[in-house]
Amino acid sequence: MNVDFSPAELEFQQQVRQWFADNLPADLKRKNELGKMPSRDELVAWQRKLNEQGWLAPGWPEEHGGPGWTATQRYIFDLERARAGAPIGLSMGIVMLGPVLMAFGTPEQKQTYLPRILSCDDWWCQGYSEPGSGSDLASLKTSAVPDGDSYVVNGSKIWTTYAHYANRMFCLVRTSNEGKKQAGISFLLIDMDTPGLEVRPIISIDGEHHLNEVFFTDVRVPKANLVGQEGQGWTIAKYLLTHERTTIAGVADSKVNLGILKAMAAENQSNGKPMLEDPRIRRRIAQVEIDLLALEWTNLRTLAATAAGKAPGPESSNLKLAGTAVQQAITELMVEIAGPWAWPWQTGDYVGPPELAHAVERYNFARAATIYGGSDEVQKNVLAKMMLGLK
Amino acid sequence: MDLTLSDEQKLIRQAVERFIRNDYSFDARKKIIGAEPGYSTAHWQTFAELGWLGVPLPEAHGGFGGALADLLQVVEPFGAGMVVEPYLPSVILAGTAIAEGGSEAQQAELLPAIADGTLIAALAHGERQSRFNPHDVQTSARREGDAYLLDGQKTVVPGAPWAQKFIVSARTAGERFDAEGIGLFVVDADAAGLQVDSYRTADGARAGNVTLQQVRVPASAALGDPAAGLTALTAALDLGLAAACGEALGAMQAVYQRTLDYVKTRKQFDVPIGSFQVIQHRLVDMFTAVESSRSMLTMLAVRFADPQERARALTATKVHLGQNARYVAQQAVQLHGGIGMTEELDIGHYFRRLTLFCLAFGSTDEQLETYAAEHI
Repeated sequence: MNVDFSPAELEFQQQVRQWFADNLPADLKRKNELGKMPSRDELVAWQRKLNEQGWLAPGWPEEHGGPGWTATQRYIFDLERARAGAPIGLSMGIVMLGPVLMAFGTPEQKQTYLPRILSCDDWWCQGYSEPGSGSDLASLKTSAVPDGDSYVVNGSKIWTTYAHYANRMFCLVRTSNEGKKQAGISFLLIDMDTPGLEVRPIISIDGEHHLNEVFFTDVRVPKANLVGQEGQGWTIAKYLLTHERTTIAGVADSKVNLGILKAMAAENQSNGKPMLEDPRIRRRIAQVEIDLLALEWTNLRTLAATAAGKAPGPESSNLKLAGTAVQQAITELMVEIAGPWAWPWQTGDYVGPPELAHAVERYNFARAATIYGGSDEVQKNVLAKMMLGLK
Repeated sequence: MDLTLSDEQKLIRQAVERFIRNDYSFDARKKIIGAEPGYSTAHWQTFAELGWLGVPLPEAHGGFGGALADLLQVVEPFGAGMVVEPYLPSVILAGTAIAEGGSEAQQAELLPAIADGTLIAALAHGERQSRFNPHDVQTSARREGDAYLLDGQKTVVPGAPWAQKFIVSARTAGERFDAEGIGLFVVDADAAGLQVDSYRTADGARAGNVTLQQVRVPASAALGDPAAGLTALTAALDLGLAAACGEALGAMQAVYQRTLDYVKTRKQFDVPIGSFQVIQHRLVDMFTAVESSRSMLTMLAVRFADPQERARALTATKVHLGQNARYVAQQAVQLHGGIGMTEELDIGHYFRRLTLFCLAFGSTDEQLETYAAEHI
């Protein structure tokens, strides 16, 4: 039994580490340390740099412009990306839409869209949730009615991350009300500048504008923008759930953030002593560190199974649940360390110690982790049914 | 990167699992613990014949020189079967103390006998006041000519009623909490002045208090340096804790599986209770607790042999398994309802076994305290 990387993998790790050291801009690294999102321009510039190196889409095969890495290489890359302090990037086009087009897209769709994802000429957002359908995604009502060469789309989407940055949306729409509700769903690509489409901001509890509501009023979408067959949308959406499990737990970032948390506790005092010397704080940090260690090894078990050419075992189904629990626990402790510095709101970096000033935003934002991508409760429903056979 | 079991590991695991399935049912176990001597000498012989008693012992002395990953293949199924035979006391605790502390001659005398099952030994280190601190030794060993005189009392010694020999920690020098000055002595159970007061333990096994009054042993009974026995004692306790974690995982997996099966068949309000979401989510949490514990034990198996990593890895594993074992055991009783509270069903026995695990080798909270103080 071992979890050692091979000599070739170690060499790859060195190469990645060096590249990040040479190329990551200092201000981007600093923003990431503080848990702040880079601006659209910063992110696009950074992702283009990654793409020049051929590393923007770690999970993509070579034929589509990806690096064609193994699961272990992707794991190493993510480890080094987090260690370097680089942002995780925007995954909608790369992680979500790319694999869908590769599996279900027409040759034209692949040719048109895949290169534009890599060049960052397109910024994709995901139109899944609706005001009436969050966890019960299949109940979505936004309709797409055929009319000549087009679909006419009416309805609305909500919680649409960075719709205000995006020029395109991949969207689940209802093309039929017959039969099972899942069977009437289709997967459509929509240009954000189409007449009748409107984006309105939603400010979240971290005070930032990540989220949006998107309204469709008689929005005409060419039929050529349908991915797969009519009614295949649910199958396509589910296909994504089985994809890519090696980094979903966010272990690499949590390890870095735990280090940041310890530094916060070491650099700030209570009763004249660094808080890191306080047994109460130490015990809570110990608890998170141990939970993270277990999570890391669950991740490694999954990775080892993948590397051995096997399907990930039952342990992998839990990675999102356990991963987000650790992310939240770390930010909860950051707020505990911040204490009075949780009070100043959106003051920038000049009021108190910068790490502490942003702690409350990080904590607030992290609450979303157990809601998006299938809430904890839905994850458990799925696990109970699929893994435990409970009906 | 390779976390798969070797063919040899698979074979031994399958053999132990088969034994538990065929020969160690809950009812069969009940008969063993209800009669004297409280363990099965026939099973013990079987363990010896199948080579299980030699797994962690050195190859030079009748063992297989197995690593922790090998040992886990034996103890996990043992945990699932709640085996009461003194594998941990004799093979792991006493065996490791002898292998780590003893001279070649002492090892050659004692270890083959442990491996072939003819000798049951027990490690007698805990004392009334010591809780889990192996430094806290008040039992004394006073040199007198070419002998030592041992005085003191060792408490809650697992396997004590069945042991023919004890490995006793005793102070040859220094003050009560000193790490230096502790020796390990091999003492015959029938030595003059040695008395064993035996009792059942909460998990169906047996233990005893060992009182030593002017017990005379030859100087050659000291395992290695009579002032530096702590190293061997620590090695024994480390492997003991690691193996206990393996047993606990086996027990957790078993009690979780039984609970999952139960909620699928137990009906209330005309439907299986497993159809209720509140029950389903609880089972998912139990499943998660078991799988996460398995991950931690995998980590331990990989890191245990590294002296730089061992203490930290071991402490983290005990904390994690302790917390999850308590959760799984409590929920198993809860979801079984009234029947889970009864002596009649195995669930309560798993509960008791896992409760003792949580308190073994330093309670979960104490281990968390240690991790916080020493390892972050």
